[in-house]
Amino acid sequence: MPSPSEAGLIRQGASVLAHAIAAGEVSAEEVTRAHLDRIAEVDDRVHAFLEVVGESALASAVEVDRARASGEQLGPLAGVPIAVKDVMAMRGVPTTCGSRILEGWRPPYDATVVERLRAAGVVILGKTNMDEFAMGSSTEHSAYGPTRNPWDLERIPGGSGGGSAAALASFEAPLAIGTDTGGSIRQPAAVTGTVGVKPTYGGVSRYGLVALASSLDQAGPCARSVIDAALLHSVIAGHDPRDSTSIDAPVPDVVAAARRADVRGLRIGLVRELTGDGYQAGVSQRFAEAVAILEGLGAQVVEVSCPHFDYALGAYYLILPAEASSNLARFDGMRYGLRVGDDGERSVEDVMSLTREAGFGAEVKRRIMIGTYALSSGYYDAYYGQAQKVRTLITRDFAAAFEQVDVLVSPTTPTTAFRIGEKVDDPLAMYLNDIATIPVNLAGNAAMSLPIGLAPEDGLPVGLQIMAPPMADDRLYLVGAALEAALLDRWGHLLIEEVPSL
Amino acid sequence: MTSITRAEVEHLARLARLQLDPDELDHYAGQLDVILQSVARVSEVAADDIPPTSHPVPMQNVFREDVARPGLPRAEVAAGAPAWEDDRFRVPRILDEE
Repeated sequence: MPSPSEAGLIRQGASVLAHAIAAGEVSAEEVTRAHLDRIAEVDDRVHAFLEVVGESALASAVEVDRARASGEQLGPLAGVPIAVKDVMAMRGVPTTCGSRILEGWRPPYDATVVERLRAAGVVILGKTNMDEFAMGSSTEHSAYGPTRNPWDLERIPGGSGGGSAAALASFEAPLAIGTDTGGSIRQPAAVTGTVGVKPTYGGVSRYGLVALASSLDQAGPCARSVIDAALLHSVIAGHDPRDSTSIDAPVPDVVAAARRADVRGLRIGLVRELTGDGYQAGVSQRFAEAVAILEGLGAQVVEVSCPHFDYALGAYYLILPAEASSNLARFDGMRYGLRVGDDGERSVEDVMSLTREAGFGAEVKRRIMIGTYALSSGYYDAYYGQAQKVRTLITRDFAAAFEQVDVLVSPTTPTTAFRIGEKVDDPLAMYLNDIATIPVNLAGNAAMSLPIGLAPEDGLPVGLQIMAPPMADDRLYLVGAALEAALLDRWGHLLIEEVPSL
Repeated sequence: MTSITRAEVEHLARLARLQLDPDELDHYAGQLDVILQSVARVSEVAADDIPPTSHPVPMQNVFREDVARPGLPRAEVAAGAPAWEDDRFRVPRILDEE
């Protein structure tokens, strides 16, 4: 028996809610209250949120209602609530990145993404849990405890953006912001039956995003449907002079592509290296079925080979730690965050070392040391230098593949959601979760994960990944929306409707 | 590839300003070794004639309009500092006694 708050507004998608708000059928305040109630009702079990900003959310919603009443032009997502990953700076609101070292820190500024959400009238509900500094694939590396997967509370919701994905899958928010450095938007989307998009590198501003690996990090939209992701994508994307790597070109028309939802004549490549023995039987089965559907819709499907993808994981786990060890040097206990052992006698170096020892968790320490090693003299050429060359080879593999096909597809993850605790102290097993998502980050392409069914052996969601060339983000939506529509036709509902009631 | 010793982990931790305790050193020495051995495969494929990629979008000299903007709000920055004194960040001593 669904509880009252479960029944109505919270199960609606963002585009439906925005439409109802704009038409005056429901107020933004009512919509926001329904989601805040839902969070109060279920988040002690899910733990998607690290911070809920109820008062400011209601104030933003009331402002949207006022603007509507006075006849102002509203944006396409005005009044719709959103959950923001705790790696985005939000003025005056605690931003921890899942780490003790930033516990209680309140940024004195907004990230560009947050600024754009505010300007569009999107209502920010709070900050979501994540693996510490986005290092992980399960959200178990959060210093504030794991987030649970709404499909099975004993299982992980993916990571690092497990909080954002779980907030969507538990109907706590219809939209969320994630960031994806090696799969942190797509892998959580896959294991929670939701949609997640990593835009082209440089497509969404990184200003105010606490950096993990600057040449890989990219923020993007998370939602329960392809059209909702497209609407959010168009709100947050676009050039920002405050991020020098931001692309100064028009944003691909992702909303039009999602509405067109047509793959007739499109060439789709199956990546040979991203299938096979390493993939769970039910994942491979659902993937094959989804590919057959795309073929049935008129796409031409061919197999392509990207031979250097086999080396992507190795290159990634050198490049990422190298960049992260440099980026995280800023957490020195001097200007913000934790400071430990400052007794008036100890030197700045000692205080720094004690602070970082106390403030960072195990995975962060591991990666900082790997990065320090990979960048140290005598090892630089063998590790970091070689990894950068592999990055070139992977980019060339993509370029060659995109001469033959318009998009590439693969399963998003090798398995469905695993149990909490299963891999938490086995770094290599954890790293393998991102084997299919990492190549895209190394090359800077755009990619999406969307749900394609439940694995027969465990009844858990499976995701399909679509990969497009840089700045062809619209193709993700064209293909994703077509496949989603076909599945909707078959099932009569979106996959997320099958999530157990909490 | 060389395997990584406990002494090397201790050295890395010092370089990275991490005051690890002895148990952590033992634990991480084994794990870092396994990780580094698995990633060392990158040397199998990358030949001398392959240029390195440091960044997915090659860009140089990105400029923006030189427009004055307000800095960060001082009181909020101060409120976030671990120690603040005389309108400045207070830090531990930076020089040795000698």
